[in-house]
Amino acid sequence: MIAADRPIQRPRDAKLLVVDAAGLLQYAPRARLADFLHAGDVLIANDAATLPASLSGIHRRSGLPIEVRLAGRRSLAVDDVHEFSAVVFGGGDHRTRTEDRALPPPLRPGDVLSFGRAEMLVEPRDTSRRGRAVLQARVLRTLDHPRLIALRFDGTPDAIWAGLARHGRPVQYAHLSEPLALWDVWTRVAALPVAFEPPSAGFVLDWQLLHALRERGIGFATLTHAAGLSSTGDPALDARLPFDEPYRLPAATVRAIAAAHRSGGRVVALGTTVTRALEHAASPDGVLRAGDAVADQRLGAHSRLRVVDAIVSGTHEPGSSHRELLRAFASDAVLARADAALAANGYLTHEFGDSVLIEAARPKPGRAAAHPSRPTTALVGADAP
Amino acid sequence: MTHIDRLDGLRVAVTGGTSGLGLALLRLLHARGATLGFVARDAARVRRVATELPGTHGIAGDIAAKTETHRIALQLNAALGGLDVLVNNASSLGPVPLALLADTECEDFERALATNLLGPFRLTKALLGSLAATARDAAPRQPGALVVNIVSDAAVTPYAGWGAYGASKAALAHLSRIWDEELREHGVRVLGFDPGDMDTPLHALALPDADPASLKQPADAARELAALIAASLGRAPAAASGAQR
Repeated sequence: MIAADRPIQRPRDAKLLVVDAAGLLQYAPRARLADFLHAGDVLIANDAATLPASLSGIHRRSGLPIEVRLAGRRSLAVDDVHEFSAVVFGGGDHRTRTEDRALPPPLRPGDVLSFGRAEMLVEPRDTSRRGRAVLQARVLRTLDHPRLIALRFDGTPDAIWAGLARHGRPVQYAHLSEPLALWDVWTRVAALPVAFEPPSAGFVLDWQLLHALRERGIGFATLTHAAGLSSTGDPALDARLPFDEPYRLPAATVRAIAAAHRSGGRVVALGTTVTRALEHAASPDGVLRAGDAVADQRLGAHSRLRVVDAIVSGTHEPGSSHRELLRAFASDAVLARADAALAANGYLTHEFGDSVLIEAARPKPGRAAAHPSRPTTALVGADAP
Repeated sequence: MTHIDRLDGLRVAVTGGTSGLGLALLRLLHARGATLGFVARDAARVRRVATELPGTHGIAGDIAAKTETHRIALQLNAALGGLDVLVNNASSLGPVPLALLADTECEDFERALATNLLGPFRLTKALLGSLAATARDAAPRQPGALVVNIVSDAAVTPYAGWGAYGASKAALAHLSRIWDEELREHGVRVLGFDPGDMDTPLHALALPDADPASLKQPADAARELAALIAASLGRAPAAASGAQR
């Protein structure tokens, strides 16, 4: 598939491929997304704002340039911002494919990493100015890989946030050459800044769509999930994706899902992160729990979906963890046909690309999944509402 | 102060928080237990206010600068862990001293628009995700989140010499009304609030010869504004009427 190489969240010609529960394909403009949702359904989005998680700086012990991409955090607590896991590259930037990026200098516990403007970084003795101009962290330990570390930022939470805001940039990849700004990667509903990469399925949202959903009796709710890195370029690290991701599921969202269930509507997850969080929150017994938790499971071909009936997602390359998650919704044969259809019809891939809506092939046992206007074979045998 | 005046845990962001009405509002809300973030251009003054009001989160930034909007929004969201109320209070007079409209330099007019209209538009837009999330989390049929834009009687009455300020504030007042109409269904209210002629640095710039005794104290306007916030969010409506005595 062709990469979408411009940071436009809602291109006018964006496309949608609908894969229904019977595996039938339908092509539509993405602007018609609401037409594929029904009264009683609830659309759930990830309202995380995206951090400027890419920090360029210097590894003090060696004096060599590095790029740190923040990758994980224990919790979403407001003041829990000292410690992160991070993927570290040598010099260079996003315009080099991650696969081709140099290793960082050898990293040891206690090593100091400084981030900020170049002229501040080369004058480390000017501590009075450096204190304000530079964000500083220490390596706590490596995490079984020369690129993956735990680090700890110096300073108060407010100073760390100010440093990230000033010196960080959104994580980006070689298919987008122009440097991204925060406004390129914040969805219309972006709230708490906890995502390491944008929850990009949510780029489809705007306030006009939210108004249209309301007019049509389609619910809208959110959770906050610290979407992690989608790729590191390193096969050993990519095999460990997705990393553990903390999330917060509001009680109002659990209520909205219960209301959809009562009316026979579907739970439509906007993106893989929403799916991962909801399915985690319902494990192990199928009962959704509001609150804070850490999603640490992997979803794939053998996962049984307990909550989510359909997913709206970007298109993903086979082998990526996002693509793997789609196997929980449809068989490999159906996904292969969908991939072929996307390629044949010029759908664009990556975070600013086109979208798919995939209905889960299997009805979930034990509750009424039917909706009167839902014309899918998945309803056969389901209890009528 | 009685218990019904308390605003414990209410997350409020105030722009222009280091002087005038903004500072008076921060002091009042701090005393009432709110969780506060504020923005102002001068880093030294931001630090001073943050020291005076322990627990508040001061952010140095210029809301009139387009490229700073998301940096400011990021820090407010992060520090407060979400947002109940945004008060767009930072204001620019335009030309100083005041000038007739035909004598107003375009750059001075643009600065008034950037601070009084575009800044509040951009910051509200960047924080709308947070405000709407607060509203979604609110109990059914309970008020959700609130944006208060500080307007002026100069937005209504055509005072000679107040062209840049009055026109920008009139636009802000109308923006507030339209946005209130559009966002009400999402549980976010957008209100204009006219604090009256106050004894503030901005007023002194505009009318240096005015007798301070004839002007309202910022702390009095802050009490009225706090009452509006409390009433709009369904927090202690009794306190609201009390504050208007």
